[in-house]
Amino acid sequence: MKPAESSKSNLIAPVHRLARPTIRSRMSVLHRRKARQAVMFGLTGASLVLTIGFLALLLGFVARRALPVMSWEFISQMPRRGMTEGGILPAILGTVYLVAGSVSVASILGTATAIYLTEYAQQGPIVKFIRAGVNNLAGVPSVVFGLFGLAVFVKLFGLGVSILSGSLTLAVVILPTIIRSAEEALLAVPKSYREASLALGATKWQTVRYAVLPSAIPGILTGCILAVSRAAGETAPIMLTAATFFTARLPQSMLDEVQALAYHIFALVTEGTHPEAQKPIAFGAAFVLLAIVILLNLSAIIIRAQHGKKE
Amino acid sequence: MILAAAAFSSLAFLAGILVVLFREALPALRQIGFVELITGADWYPTYRPPSFGAAPLIASSIQVTVGAMIVAVPLGLASALFISEAMPARARNIIKPVVELLAGLPSVVYGLFGMELVAPLIMQAFDLPTGLTALSASIVLGIMALPTVTSVAEDALSAVPSACKEASTALGATRWETASKVVMPAASSGIITAVLLGVSRAIGETMAVLMVAGGAIRMPSSFLQPVRPITAAIAAEMGEAPVGSMHYHALFALAVILFLSTLAFNATANALKNKFKAKVE
Repeated sequence: MKPAESSKSNLIAPVHRLARPTIRSRMSVLHRRKARQAVMFGLTGASLVLTIGFLALLLGFVARRALPVMSWEFISQMPRRGMTEGGILPAILGTVYLVAGSVSVASILGTATAIYLTEYAQQGPIVKFIRAGVNNLAGVPSVVFGLFGLAVFVKLFGLGVSILSGSLTLAVVILPTIIRSAEEALLAVPKSYREASLALGATKWQTVRYAVLPSAIPGILTGCILAVSRAAGETAPIMLTAATFFTARLPQSMLDEVQALAYHIFALVTEGTHPEAQKPIAFGAAFVLLAIVILLNLSAIIIRAQHGKKE
Repeated sequence: MILAAAAFSSLAFLAGILVVLFREALPALRQIGFVELITGADWYPTYRPPSFGAAPLIASSIQVTVGAMIVAVPLGLASALFISEAMPARARNIIKPVVELLAGLPSVVYGLFGMELVAPLIMQAFDLPTGLTALSASIVLGIMALPTVTSVAEDALSAVPSACKEASTALGATRWETASKVVMPAASSGIITAVLLGVSRAIGETMAVLMVAGGAIRMPSSFLQPVRPITAAIAAEMGEAPVGSMHYHALFALAVILFLSTLAFNATANALKNKFKAKVE
């Protein structure tokens, strides 16, 4: 009994003796840990402010330099005096033609591809491989697509530097993105929708058309809107396939060269005869392009948010 | 079957990119040789006889990409950590779309911003003859890659199961300890994905470097000199290279190098992302 008792008191005594200092040091450790947390969250928060700040700076800088030239005439008139005055109507129209062309091709092809891959193709290694390939192509630099367009559409198909070549090149640029977002939208449709439709005696196509597509449409649409915004902002792919600095008149056919907003910004600050006088126009064009891109992205965000709420 | 036809034609287009790039690059690879192309120090495509050593271009690409990552990685990861671990859900739901929106701004606008704001500032700060330098290009590319890095890293951090965080909190860890010792390690492969996607975005970016990097063909020796990365060389020289000339084929060979390197980064990033997803689920 004696040895056990002594060992017990040995156990208790040190703990008892240490109890108060331990609590105090624990408190200070806790303070230090809290202080460290405050410092680290402060630093990371400052990074976030800096990140958003850079981009606010970009938007503010462009807006401030653009406002002096912004007017209704700026977006509705032809350029005058060697691109130093007047409007940027041809560039805006050129961008509209290029984007309309590319998105109408890519949205139809891309959605059809996604439907085929998710609904019809036998799921297995081949589809998996294609999916990985498409995913990886979405990250290929756009200048590489530009070279492809130059070699195939401009030279091989003989379409020349034209709206058609540029639209097709841009279509290839946005195709992977459209396929991917459409696939995501289709895969998100619950399996039970398909089973219910098939159980009612609908054919495969009727099931896709009336049960699957309607609930995937908002997702597909969001992908297409983002593709429009991407196509409007791309410069490198159209540099070699469609765009030119100056056209005396508006394009008359699909085989004409065009001015385009994104390329116009680049050309105004790197080419031409009056670099300083062209700068305000470049900022004006950048402002218009930013406005288009941001509005499109916002609408995509809103569609996505509303669709998300419904579920 | 119309659908199948559409699917095959769009896949044929995408596969066609590979075929066309390699076919157009082949004459250059055959005549110059791959090793000479990537190690040769002289890029004089218009001299007689021309010389196609792309090492200065490749080195410049690497230089501005590394520079961009020095800007984008710390800021992007810290921002992502703050968004996912320190912000209330409501603020997060607003800030996340804003960051994603910024990732989609056209690169030519970043180029304009770099030329007119960043470059003059650099010129003044270092008293240089021109502000169009590797440093300016790195800063602009870094700002461009920032939203991508932030957004992808945030996705990874917020995908960490809340059970892990709750367990850590229950053991008495502070939120910062949980974030740095539990969430970050658990999301590490997703964070690497974010960095790799940022690298791939910076290597492949064309307009901003074309406008801001200065365009001088030389082996980079400092961040305060103008350089010409691969993408800028392709964009600047393709307009003047006669179709079918060796210069034309050499530029395609550069595009192949660019394509393969971004593909390597993207494929690794995607593979890591899938691994991460499998782990989380």
